[in-house]
Amino acid sequence: MPSEPLVADHVLEFPGGYTRTTGPVIGRFLTELRDGRIVGVRTAAGRVLVPPLEYDPDSGDAVTGEYVEVGPAGTVTAWTWVETPLEQHPLDRPFAWALIRLDGADTALVHAVDAGNAKALEAGTRVRPVWSTNRRGHITDISYFAPEVTKIVSPVKAAYKITASRSLTHFLEGVKRGVFVGCRCANCHKVYVPYRLSCPECGIAITDEVELPDTGTITTFAINNLPDPRAPEVPFVSAYILLDGADVPMIALVGGVPAHQVRQGMRVRAEWVPEAERTLSMSNIRWFTPTGEPDAEL
Amino acid sequence: MRDVAVVAFAQTHHTDHDTGVSEPELILPAIDEVREKTGLRSFGFTCSGSCDYLAGAPFSFVSALDALGAWPPISESHVEMDGAWALYEAWVRLQHGDVDTALVYGFGKSSLGNLRTIMTLQLDPYYLEPLGLDQLSMAGLQASALGAPQEELDEIVRRSRADGRANPYALDLPLEGGEPPITDGAAAVVLAAGDRAGELCANPAYIRGIAHRIEPHYLGMRDLSRSVSAADAARAAGVGKGRVEVAELHAQFAHEEIILRQALELPAETVINPSGGPLAANPVMATGLIRIGEAASHILDGRAARTVGHAAGGPCLQHNLVTVLEA
Repeated sequence: MPSEPLVADHVLEFPGGYTRTTGPVIGRFLTELRDGRIVGVRTAAGRVLVPPLEYDPDSGDAVTGEYVEVGPAGTVTAWTWVETPLEQHPLDRPFAWALIRLDGADTALVHAVDAGNAKALEAGTRVRPVWSTNRRGHITDISYFAPEVTKIVSPVKAAYKITASRSLTHFLEGVKRGVFVGCRCANCHKVYVPYRLSCPECGIAITDEVELPDTGTITTFAINNLPDPRAPEVPFVSAYILLDGADVPMIALVGGVPAHQVRQGMRVRAEWVPEAERTLSMSNIRWFTPTGEPDAEL
Repeated sequence: MRDVAVVAFAQTHHTDHDTGVSEPELILPAIDEVREKTGLRSFGFTCSGSCDYLAGAPFSFVSALDALGAWPPISESHVEMDGAWALYEAWVRLQHGDVDTALVYGFGKSSLGNLRTIMTLQLDPYYLEPLGLDQLSMAGLQASALGAPQEELDEIVRRSRADGRANPYALDLPLEGGEPPITDGAAAVVLAAGDRAGELCANPAYIRGIAHRIEPHYLGMRDLSRSVSAADAARAAGVGKGRVEVAELHAQFAHEEIILRQALELPAETVINPSGGPLAANPVMATGLIRIGEAASHILDGRAARTVGHAAGGPCLQHNLVTVLEA
């Protein structure tokens, strides 16, 4: 019987961290950073290195003593999305690493970009630094970069009080009793439902009231995949239903059948909520559900 | 310039987990194998490549010498780099002319810590390391700069993993993914100069060119979509002077293979990483040496006449070493 392997935790750490001298060039950059400025250094060849190095990587020559303020805005040249940040990363939410060419620089700075989601970034995205509130002369004095403002969200909300019209009230009173109240035009003989007071085709008042059955035929429909407080489930089907005896369809929910089986010509019947639960509203009809009859010719 | 050849190569059966062997125990089988192949018990020079941060222990390479039996005292050196650079140092040492054989080895157990974040510690301590940029993040930036089609990258991974499954020393890995595997392993090479090469093996793999070049460390100072240093090293080593039958590239990620292939100007008919490459086994600090060893094996076995081994170090292919081997 082999024994369990002996396993121990082992941590490599220098308590308090290493003390490192910065030298004049990196020190200048970090000092400016503490003051909220980003500087590059100019090389003898005229390029601006950001972050500054002591020697020009192209030639090995010492850089000049000229420091140039750059940015603060810059352009993303390459980026990679981090969906699950590590403990050591600058952000604890999904973010991007990016190469950022700050305005006025000839090289790119590596830093984090808080873009919200990966689709918000592309090569060419303009970003600006978000500064740490506690700057101490460290590359993390820039907490991260954020995309420039290119759009805003404008919430709109207005409140109204609506009184149902006489005709709608009459129709809903019918729905509360479990019947669909419609009307017939004396001139064109078309039957409308819901109940209305004038014929939209003839432009004359309607006085002839009719009660329609709660069965009908689907003329067209839509499958909805976004939740709606008025629908019991997602996806749900909203359909035009031509009640038997009516000349115009009425819009209502269709249920009790998988969405993909709903079709034009399908025969349906209203499914009423129990009488005790009914109010003056269309929610008295849970939905229309298939009757099982053969499809109707449209 | 003295003729120097790879006369023996051995590697461990790499594992994706810590099997509990100590570093000397890990190295010993590979050392024994090259001793047996060459019949040598002692070498004019010994050089190793490893990284103390992998085990989190200082001077781990010193204790690793227990695998050699360094008594009476031997002439030994070490690089805190991939074993490929130990091979370079040994090649330089053999050019001095006073010794004729060298033992080179590289080893690493990357299963002990978190390799992704240990790789952060190789970065400059002012601009990059404090940000916590890890191995995968660096690779992601380079892949973005290159912008290769996903299908091309997937195909490189698929081919590498399939080849790796056929390689008894590499890992059996899924054909999808794209991250180099965490791997423990070691490798050893014996170099011999002049007449000794022919005495020690039937088909020495002669090093006809070897060069390494480095470029700026900071990622934003470079065009990450290409490798200027790999191209310079390849030119200096003379890669283009003849047909390359096989190239073993130290590409830990699929996009690195595309960049290196372009830098080394390798034509479509060159077979890339038939061993499976680092995507199939990545024993850090031995991976580059294994590339040279695998490239040499094709010549030692008489299967090829001219091959290339490549090794890389630093973030995003900062440092590249190219070796041209010929029968």
